[in-house]
Amino acid sequence: MEKEVINYELRLYIAGKTAKSVTALANLKKYCEEHLKGQYTIEVIDLLVKPQLAEGDQIFAIPTLVRKVPEPIRKIIGDLSNEEKVLVGLNIRPR
Amino acid sequence: MTKSHKKQQLNIKALPKTLTGISGLDEITDGGLPKGRPTLICGEAGCGKTLMSLEFIVRGATTYNEPGVFMAFEEKTEELAMNVSSLGFDLQKLQEQNKVKLDHVHIDRSEIEETGEYDLEGLFIRLGYAINSIGAKRVVLDTLENLFSGLSDQAILRAELRRLFTFLKDKGVTAIITGEKGEGASLTRQGLEEYVSDCVILLDHRVINQISTRRLRVVKYRGSQHGTNEYPFLIDEDGISVLPVTSLKLEKEVSSKRIPSGIPALDEMLGGHGFFKGSSILVSGTAGTGKTSIAAYFANETCRQKKKCMYFAFEESPKQIIRNMQSINVNLKQYVDNGLLIFHASRPTLYGLEMHLVAIYKLIKQFKPDAVILDPITNLITVGSVSEVKSMLVRLIDFLQEEQITVMFTALSLNTVVSEQTDEGVSSLVDAWLLVRDIESNGERNRGMYIMKSRGMKHSNQVREFIITDKGLDLVDVYLGPEGVLTGSAREAQKLKEKTGVALRDFALTRKDKEIIRKRKMLEAKISSLQAEFESTEEELNKIYIEEDLKQQIIEKNREEITKMRRGHETETKVRSKK
Repeated sequence: MEKEVINYELRLYIAGKTAKSVTALANLKKYCEEHLKGQYTIEVIDLLVKPQLAEGDQIFAIPTLVRKVPEPIRKIIGDLSNEEKVLVGLNIRPR
Repeated sequence: MTKSHKKQQLNIKALPKTLTGISGLDEITDGGLPKGRPTLICGEAGCGKTLMSLEFIVRGATTYNEPGVFMAFEEKTEELAMNVSSLGFDLQKLQEQNKVKLDHVHIDRSEIEETGEYDLEGLFIRLGYAINSIGAKRVVLDTLENLFSGLSDQAILRAELRRLFTFLKDKGVTAIITGEKGEGASLTRQGLEEYVSDCVILLDHRVINQISTRRLRVVKYRGSQHGTNEYPFLIDEDGISVLPVTSLKLEKEVSSKRIPSGIPALDEMLGGHGFFKGSSILVSGTAGTGKTSIAAYFANETCRQKKKCMYFAFEESPKQIIRNMQSINVNLKQYVDNGLLIFHASRPTLYGLEMHLVAIYKLIKQFKPDAVILDPITNLITVGSVSEVKSMLVRLIDFLQEEQITVMFTALSLNTVVSEQTDEGVSSLVDAWLLVRDIESNGERNRGMYIMKSRGMKHSNQVREFIITDKGLDLVDVYLGPEGVLTGSAREAQKLKEKTGVALRDFALTRKDKEIIRKRKMLEAKISSLQAEFESTEEELNKIYIEEDLKQQIIEKNREEITKMRRGHETETKVRSKK
């Protein structure tokens, strides 16, 4: 993995403050702090408030984490409880 | 459905239904899909699931003013719109009018990582948003099973699916869910049928003898009666048409109105008025006997009376028929031009029998003709067995009679077994059967025609000679003489012979007459001479008689004189003589 500074734009889609959403957000924050300190932004979108946004990012499962930047777009669904999978999925750690 | 049945249903609060707008399907399902409930449409790839569900949405939006949401898991919305634009569905416009909403759910396993627990709330929100944004009454999920290929957690999926169907029911939308046919007996690959319990429609696409036919069957429809048979359906430029082909009842209206056949002599054979309106007529015969000519005459006559006629040609192209009929003085082109006559030519092998039936059915529904001609039905044998052709024709006749359309079939009869069977098979169904056959004798071939049957009317039992000239068709009485049935030149010869005979007889007659007159004159002369002879004889006799009398008188006188003289006693003698 090259050590260049990449800014990660992450989006977490949730639907209300459900247990899964809360867990997912907590997990995400934890991983980012550990691995991407200072080079990430997290946007949390509550689809109950903005349902029209679901279509744009092809959201069907909740919670879904979308890595908008860097390309290509990657998605991770679930409460992000498996750290290894999340890091691989976000391409932070090589497969 | 009978009236009493309907009433009964109303009393027990009938299941509310949503009309699909797909022609034929609403008849089979007796009013459409269950309102506010999900329906499963399943079938193999390429059998028309997507199209059927999309038509459901489009018809809802355009005909019934029920907006619809189409959620596609397979195709992109642009692709969908393009695919159905050939059917005249303008999805783009309908979307702009907020009558239809397309939503493509893209699931790509390679882009997605699963970790931990999740649910499909996102899908629900999307669907709910789409429904609310246009006030949708109809929803299609095509093909939901793609979720299974994109996501690995089956347990979650199944639980969420169950929730989805509850969600749809809560929303009160009439939904269609499509599913791929699974292995073996299961209707769908993922067993979707266990979630959808109200209505299941199975589509099928079969190839038999290289001819493919799409079929539809309502497998299950809870709380409603429905047709249980397999119904063929057709996808063409107007979308889907399903044909509920078997009408079980024989309660058709009948007409005693007559329509002419176009050949006056034939009408004469049929009791003077022609066929019954709405009846079915079969014209059969061997090759080249003029079946098509009879059919064309019938078409011509129908159009001449300003009625509409539809000609289904399975053998010749319309132009060919028009050209050929011109040679017998039938100008069909004028009627094609003014729209009274429509030709529909198709190769029998174009599609299966059922499809032919659907196509015919559709065209007739559109054009509403007064008469229909199928020429020839025997060609249909190439795409089906005898019994299939028969069952197709039964249904066609059934349908046509219901619509009060007169139909004329032509059938080619060869001397092979199959065709004989066709003849028999169909002939029991038709109302009138004309047979044209070759009569071969004296080195020439002539055509003879007779009426095998004609239900409900007096008809001639005579074989007529059927002649085709450049002036047209005509029927001539055949010559029935001591030498048997004579046709063609033999008949002409016989006629000439008769003519000569008449002349000879006339001549003989006049000669005889003269002789009689002569004889009479002779006899009369004889009679008068005899009379004269008789008179002279009579005179002679009379003369003798008078002479005798005179003689007698004189003798008497003399004797008296003598007696007087002898006695000398004149007075005494006088007294005595006085005494």
